[in-house]
Amino acid sequence: MSNTEQTVRPQQTPLYQKHIEAGGKMVDFAGWEMPINYGSQVKEHKQVREDAGMFDVSHMVILDFKGKEVKAFLQYLLANDVSRLKDSGKALYSAMLNDKAGVIDDLIVYYLADDFYRMVVNAATREKDIKWIIKQLESFDVTMEERDDLSMIAVQGPNAREKVVSILVNELSSEEADQANELKPFFGKQMGDWFVARTGYTGEDGFEVLLPNESVAKFWDQLLEKGVKPIGLGARDTLRLEAGMNLYGTDMDETITPLSAGMAWTVAWEPEDRDFIGRQALQKEKATGPKMKLVGLVLEDKGVLRGHQKVITDFGDGEITSGSFSPTLSVAIALARVPFETKDQCHVEIRGKQLAARIVKPPFVRNGKALV
Amino acid sequence: MNNENPGDLKYTKSHEWVRDNGDGTVTVGITDHAQELLGDVVYVELPEVDTELTTEEACGVIESVKAASDMYAPLDGTVTEVNEELDGEPELINSAPFGEGWVFSMKLANPDDLDNLLDANEYEAVCQEDE
Repeated sequence: MSNTEQTVRPQQTPLYQKHIEAGGKMVDFAGWEMPINYGSQVKEHKQVREDAGMFDVSHMVILDFKGKEVKAFLQYLLANDVSRLKDSGKALYSAMLNDKAGVIDDLIVYYLADDFYRMVVNAATREKDIKWIIKQLESFDVTMEERDDLSMIAVQGPNAREKVVSILVNELSSEEADQANELKPFFGKQMGDWFVARTGYTGEDGFEVLLPNESVAKFWDQLLEKGVKPIGLGARDTLRLEAGMNLYGTDMDETITPLSAGMAWTVAWEPEDRDFIGRQALQKEKATGPKMKLVGLVLEDKGVLRGHQKVITDFGDGEITSGSFSPTLSVAIALARVPFETKDQCHVEIRGKQLAARIVKPPFVRNGKALV
Repeated sequence: MNNENPGDLKYTKSHEWVRDNGDGTVTVGITDHAQELLGDVVYVELPEVDTELTTEEACGVIESVKAASDMYAPLDGTVTEVNEELDGEPELINSAPFGEGWVFSMKLANPDDLDNLLDANEYEAVCQEDE
């Protein structure tokens, strides 16, 4: 194989054959051949809201950080503060910023031990993230290892945990299955070769399970047997949008700070003497007040909201960052960046017409229930 | 679901089907192949009755959860009727693209223009090229 072929041909996860067997329509996503759906995106969406579905998220990037200075390093690298993590296994959502406080990526970091943290970052930003992190690592006594030996399945929905636990009883031990069952939200635990975390990207309860590449196909089949249905990237997007969760590259990027991306809550200002990358720029923005904010929109007229549509408010124009039709609410919803002063109402320009929309605070849906 | 393109219909390269009603009017919809590509349809912007259309003019929009897709007038003519059922049940386009999921009817300016459209076999070839 020539070099060009290697760079052009999308990669496949260890579950590629399983997707084909399940009728997955494969598309290129960030250099990976991934299922966009397995027939109907709306059915898959509802399956997660009402029962249990599974996502192959093996393309995501798992990074292990070890060493004496790992906590100090992450306190410098991330806008959120890992010293908030007191209990082993606890997870934290954070932005990783550049010097101008632009968002390089959003990520989850798990505190596993004083000298061991695990991070999960986006697949689409893999190369620039790793490059950036390695650059920052220079002055710290910390090692980073990419865990491409691990695959990852997110099992989400009201019945997801029960179904996973019933598999863990046999795959691991009844003791470990109990431990998984008792995990609190946003906690993870290492269980032999497996790492089970009560996290996700759908607004539903469930687990994200990290396990060796060679074990993942069997786990997938066991989940299928329990009635857990495969869910594609299409439904993953509408589920996360309803849950009011940002998508990197769409709702924020390096030109946007967390204060204009609905991520102010993830910035740990205290302690004041913690120097993290982007802090100075961010403090300046905070002092003068951010000009824009990220809000939720619910379309009151008929139509579908989409990314990049113009939002018209009494205080100036904004833009939809991600929009779609909400299968749970049966209306169009969106995340939009609008002038900071914007209040309850706005208009969205769709094909030359101005349609009325209501401004809401995401999430739109949590645990199967409409919140707007 | 029957994936075959009915032999009694005419087709466009932009994936509309056209049924000759025999009275100078035609009924227009999107093909099974088109709805398959779009995925779950959630909203249809219908043309207005009495609108005069020219061939290949954008005259409606089919929106799925995935994307918005324009619909084009297959021939010159005037809109006579639109399928208002699609307002409440846009998914009819997915479940019955050649039947209850029809989109609009139009009176043709020149009924002979029908001969310019593709037949089922020619349309099938267009779909093959797409893949």
